[in-house]
Amino acid sequence: MTEKPENDQGQLWEVFIQAKPGIAHKHAGSVHAHDAEMALASARDVYTRRREGTSIWVVPSNMIAATTEQDADSFFDPADDKAYRHPTFYTVPEGVKYL
Amino acid sequence: MNKEEALQAYLIRLGDNALILGQRLGEWCGHAHQLESDIALTNVALDNVGQSRNLLTEAGRIEDKGRTEDDFAFFRKEQEFRNNLLVEQENGNFAQTITRQYLFDVFQFHLYKALTESKDEFLAGFAEKSLKEVTYHRKLSGDWMVRLGDGTDESHAKMQEALDIMWPFTGELFEMTEIDEVLIAEGIVPSLKDIEEKWRPEVEAVIDEATLAIPDTMGYMARGSRDGHHTEYLGYILAEMQALPRSMPDAKW
Amino acid sequence: MDTAEREKQFQEKIDSGLKVEAKEWMPENYRKQLMRMISQHAHSEIVGMLPEGNWITRAPSLRRKAVLLAKVQDEAGHGLYLYSAAETLGIDRKTMIDQLLSGKAKYSSIFNYPTISWADMGAIGWLVDGAAIVNQTMLARGSYGPYSRAMVRICKEESFHNRQGYEIIYQLAKGTPEQKEMAQDALNRWWWPSIQMLGPSDAQSKNSDETMRWRIKVESNDTVRQRFIDRTVPQAEAAGLTIPDPDLKYNEETEHWEIGEIEWTEFYRVIKGHGPCNRKRLKARQDAEREGQWVREAAAAYAGKQRARAVKAA
Repeated sequence: MTEKPENDQGQLWEVFIQAKPGIAHKHAGSVHAHDAEMALASARDVYTRRREGTSIWVVPSNMIAATTEQDADSFFDPADDKAYRHPTFYTVPEGVKYL
Repeated sequence: MNKEEALQAYLIRLGDNALILGQRLGEWCGHAHQLESDIALTNVALDNVGQSRNLLTEAGRIEDKGRTEDDFAFFRKEQEFRNNLLVEQENGNFAQTITRQYLFDVFQFHLYKALTESKDEFLAGFAEKSLKEVTYHRKLSGDWMVRLGDGTDESHAKMQEALDIMWPFTGELFEMTEIDEVLIAEGIVPSLKDIEEKWRPEVEAVIDEATLAIPDTMGYMARGSRDGHHTEYLGYILAEMQALPRSMPDAKW
Repeated sequence: MDTAEREKQFQEKIDSGLKVEAKEWMPENYRKQLMRMISQHAHSEIVGMLPEGNWITRAPSLRRKAVLLAKVQDEAGHGLYLYSAAETLGIDRKTMIDQLLSGKAKYSSIFNYPTISWADMGAIGWLVDGAAIVNQTMLARGSYGPYSRAMVRICKEESFHNRQGYEIIYQLAKGTPEQKEMAQDALNRWWWPSIQMLGPSDAQSKNSDETMRWRIKVESNDTVRQRFIDRTVPQAEAAGLTIPDPDLKYNEETEHWEIGEIEWTEFYRVIKGHGPCNRKRLKARQDAEREGQWVREAAAAYAGKQRARAVKAA
């Protein structure tokens, strides 16, 4: 009846910490844990010992989908020549405010 | 016994509990089953050592004879310590450590919670701050109680054995003396009867969830710490803890 | 694209100062070298908890006890960050731990020395962590992103270790004659192992060329060692302690402290497993792993049961 774990260190979880209320959660590192509740507790003990956080997310590492290096050119380079997406692209007549 | 004497004795009782438990948990450092747990246990140890420093410093202040936290920790004899027998029990395996921790955490949680209402300014402030730490300890040890109790056959057996070992030491957590009477009358501390009423159902529910059973002690519980009568463990804890400062009493560290 | 072409591009990327990230292509040997270095580094943190853990229950004041607990805990944290960094290269933590426990993987040899007095807590923080910081500050500039980021975090935390160590030593050196003797004795025993800890001299180091070409390391062992010596000698003087090296002298021209000859035979003796505590350290880790197995199994089993209960409920 005992389930033999394939990896006895538990699953790998990625830890995201919000440093202050109102700002985005940022990747801080990883922990090993067998379930989400323990992953949160470990993340708290490991990554907020020096008052680094006000909120924690944990995500199973294998649930993260990522772009690959091979994707990089096709994913990101096409944005290079679209400067019209940025406000500085446009000229505004002198003296005109709030634009 | 006047109010000051009672308060000082009470602070030492609380301070010794935190100190001896912190000392025990410190023994784990570097030897836990997984890195994450090494870090977690050390956090609990650190919280307890920190609490003991505050409590013993305040005990010295009230006594007004110039004794520091270190004088209390390192230069008192075994029978002068007033920690509960539960916290001095040996670490054993992780099941024993967690069971001891959980039974004590729930007690400490409800006690500190009540102490936030204390008429003594220091105690109320101390309890307010420490309650946050203990709230976390209680969750952590409770989570482990359930996981290990309801884990594998082996872990279940180890947890039941741990509960059998630790349970008889829970009775004297709630034992009251003249110290309590004096301070209850002043509105400084709660009655431990009230704490026990909160402790018992909570502990029973978690033990139940962990699929464990409270051992039948035929109504007998260990006692003695209120009079400074400890189990054999405390002598060794102190021998180890106090050796260095006692070997050079004039040294500063 | 063939491998040679890829390796050329990889080298260009390294040379231009870009970081390499986990899922990007890298030469097999780059991956291997990093796995070796990072896991070795992680093992060193974990084994390194033991000599200091040895004094937690005996720290001579409650303040020192708390500081030491926090410090040894940090080392567990550092081991954890480093194992995670190594895991990004495709090796899991369990495998690395097994390599350590079977004696296949190495860890820093300095932790095979015993901590026989309280002053050793000072010496380790001051000298061993001092040497580690100089080395890790260099490694933080290395080319592999996850390793270099772990190093940045670790260096931030290490500077507290270094300071608390020096504070212990300084306090002892300024204390009673007996305490001063303890401090000097600890310096005598830890000085040369700390010097050796930064690795074989450049002439003998077999891994140096490749790791420097790939900017896994950005400075040589001897350069890092010299920086550590130059920082540490004046600190010893400030505490009124004597570095145990009759040949130590300051070179006005180069503005460096020059040390006497390093006794490498001793270094290799301890690395090969013949230090005073090699067996004890490894046994402590093996015991923790073995005695903890039922806990890990229980945690996994409970998680499995909970998943099954959730499925049933749904």
